[in-house]
Amino acid sequence: MTRTDPGAAPEPTAPGADPVARPEPRGLSRRGLLGLAGAGVAGLGLGVGGDRAVQAAVAVASPAAAYPFYGAHQAGIVTPAQDRLHFAAFDLAPDATRADLISLLRDWTAAAASLTAGAAIGQFGAASGSYDAPPEDTGEAQGLPASGLTITFGFGPTLFETAAGADRFGLASRRPPLLVDLPHFPGDLLEEGRNGGDLCIQACADDPQVAVHAIRNLSRIAFGRASLRWSQLGFGRTASTSISQATPRNLFGFKDGTANIKAEEPAVVDEQVWVPAADGPAWLAGGSYLVARRIRMTIEAWDRTILREQEAVFGRTKGEGAPLSGGTEFTEPDFSLAGRGDAPLIDAAAHVRLAHPQQNGGARMLRRGYNFVDGNDALGRLDAGLFFISFQRSPEQFSRVQLSLARHDALNEYTRHVGSALFAVPPGARRGSHIGAALFA
Amino acid sequence: MRARFPLLGLASAAGLLALTGCVPNAGAPGSSHAALTVDSSATACTVSADEAPAGNVRFTVANSGDQVTEFYLLADDGLRIVGEAENIGPGLSRDLVVQLPAGSYFTACKPGMTGDGIGKAEFTVTTSEGAAGASVDLAARIETANTNYAAYVRDQVAQLVTGTAAFAAAYTTGDADAARALYAPTRAHWERVETIAESFGDLDPKLDLREADLEEGQDWTGWHAIEKDLWPADAEAGFTAYSPDERQRLAGLLVADTATLNDKVQDLHFTLAQQTNGAIGLLDEVSTGKVTGEEEFWSHTDLSDFQANVDGASVLYAGVRDILVEKDATLAERLDREFAALQELLDAQRAGDGFRLYTELSPAEIRALADQVNALSEPLNQLTATLVL
Repeated sequence: MTRTDPGAAPEPTAPGADPVARPEPRGLSRRGLLGLAGAGVAGLGLGVGGDRAVQAAVAVASPAAAYPFYGAHQAGIVTPAQDRLHFAAFDLAPDATRADLISLLRDWTAAAASLTAGAAIGQFGAASGSYDAPPEDTGEAQGLPASGLTITFGFGPTLFETAAGADRFGLASRRPPLLVDLPHFPGDLLEEGRNGGDLCIQACADDPQVAVHAIRNLSRIAFGRASLRWSQLGFGRTASTSISQATPRNLFGFKDGTANIKAEEPAVVDEQVWVPAADGPAWLAGGSYLVARRIRMTIEAWDRTILREQEAVFGRTKGEGAPLSGGTEFTEPDFSLAGRGDAPLIDAAAHVRLAHPQQNGGARMLRRGYNFVDGNDALGRLDAGLFFISFQRSPEQFSRVQLSLARHDALNEYTRHVGSALFAVPPGARRGSHIGAALFA
Repeated sequence: MRARFPLLGLASAAGLLALTGCVPNAGAPGSSHAALTVDSSATACTVSADEAPAGNVRFTVANSGDQVTEFYLLADDGLRIVGEAENIGPGLSRDLVVQLPAGSYFTACKPGMTGDGIGKAEFTVTTSEGAAGASVDLAARIETANTNYAAYVRDQVAQLVTGTAAFAAAYTTGDADAARALYAPTRAHWERVETIAESFGDLDPKLDLREADLEEGQDWTGWHAIEKDLWPADAEAGFTAYSPDERQRLAGLLVADTATLNDKVQDLHFTLAQQTNGAIGLLDEVSTGKVTGEEEFWSHTDLSDFQANVDGASVLYAGVRDILVEKDATLAERLDREFAALQELLDAQRAGDGFRLYTELSPAEIRALADQVNALSEPLNQLTATLVL
């Protein structure tokens, strides 16, 4: 994955440059690809080549950006966070075999490489092929650029061993010792149907239709071998993973992820995000662990909260996002600076304090969450919140911070964790191989 | 209930909000106001103008120094605080919005928050059409409201102590029916002053933690641990009733922790902001825990807690209502109406001495209650800004 390799972090847009105004953002559209190549596999190779040529000229935030699927690490982790998310967890079919699992990963790999290049699925794509067969590609992304699509795969604990102890695919001995269900955290109110999964796919793109198209087609490819367990749409990124990106806001209206790990800090990424070979197991080297949490926000109560309390809860100003100890957004918080009555300006229970690496033995995560609003509940409240995603070298990094937050965070009054999942994210696939190949070697 | 620690609870809000005789008001959104800037540096306190027309005045205070600073608006005696913006970190700015009648004032900054402050300067508010009338000194009435509320809290906790003793006795002697009958009415005393009880961060989890809020390995004590034992119908498969020893232990802790709570509320004193924010907090409890049926997960007596939270908010509101009537009669009228409407919905669910179980309510009934909680909460949350600096 050359583009998002920490050593080759993407160049931010030049000041004043307008990514939209760049000429010919993509060499080949989906339509052009099909027309030109007429064959999926050939078109794929061509598409990637075309994308690569274009990449150097494409701004990070450009809707035309395309990221290569193959590489040392999977894309969609240190890749500058795209605007939209479709996340899906799958379960293998009850009768699926080890061969089914491998063939599924192989098919998914080929499809993902195609989709991320902005190309259609299959040999004939969305609008041609046998007139007496359904089109291979579902078609809603025709004419749309790659839109920065990344597709990131993960393996859940149950892939290796079911809760009942069944080793369905001969993988139990390859299970990473750290890949066990997250502990119950205080305040967890996990809902049926929002947890776990044998496999996961994180599809991120700057166009929601492109992200949905990816999950839809990958689900279709899986039918008979695996089926959707749960899925989640996210409409606004809540974290920056590159210094080229402005810090976005969560649904509380505050900047979130100011202190996130950025792609431009390769040493930190190596230390906190990628699983080194020394950690084991060998097949996971260069991979990571993905934590997903569906965090419902009681935004109606939040919106009735006075500004003084809102800022006290976060420990930052609502406008600039500066820590209450002073400065601007990126000023390091001074947790000891006291105000009136010798009380610290940043409250003992403030989110910024409890989430800070200083308070958590240096533990950091690469956060990549998204805002969501899934209609409303029966009480007329928006079913809104944060779909939290983090990548880390060990799930313990998440657990340590989350335990600290779950115990004391003032924000808990306005949030509840209703979904939870943990996946091991294998390293990137080599061209000609498939995702997770080393696991089956 | 889940442990909640409002950051503006008893500790941190103490002293924040001075009680003064002026007529502060955040003003309705969009209403016109005079906008001034204040630059608080290490050596100066520069206000962009030395006068403003009467009415809503906004001071945007920027701290350009390197110490925490405060900005004060003082009355014509140069001592009494009319408005203040405190705890402004270096490089930050914060608004102070006050409703000012015509008169003479002083402005001053206090970088470092010690000493007498610097840059004290005269500030004049000129008469203007449609501005607020003369200020009314309400300090005495506010003080009365504060004192009355402290007495109410002590009384509720005293009743909680008595009720808890009777409940614990019934529970430990194996009279489960009596314990079940005493459960909701006794807890009502807790729920009426729930935001106060919660402000003692160590006591709340001991007394009122729900099972979902436990962390792994944590000892579950308090009302809800006993609730599950008394109403095991919804418990997970394999749940076994507690042993007599365990019941003794839980009841003993409940009584002891309640006694500690009683000690702690004896010397409480409340500011006006703590009262108004307390009323808001109680309604938030209703909307996040009771109207969803999550609080009384085993007994389903959520409506009793609901009523008690509303009782507590209602008492807080009644204590400041006559002050509010003078400041914003329209808001008072709206709050009267919404409180009454909520009570009417609750009254419709009464059964015997208590209420129907949450599980007996139809989705439409729950929805109507939730909507009315929202209808009340929205204006209620204007109370602090309207009454307090």
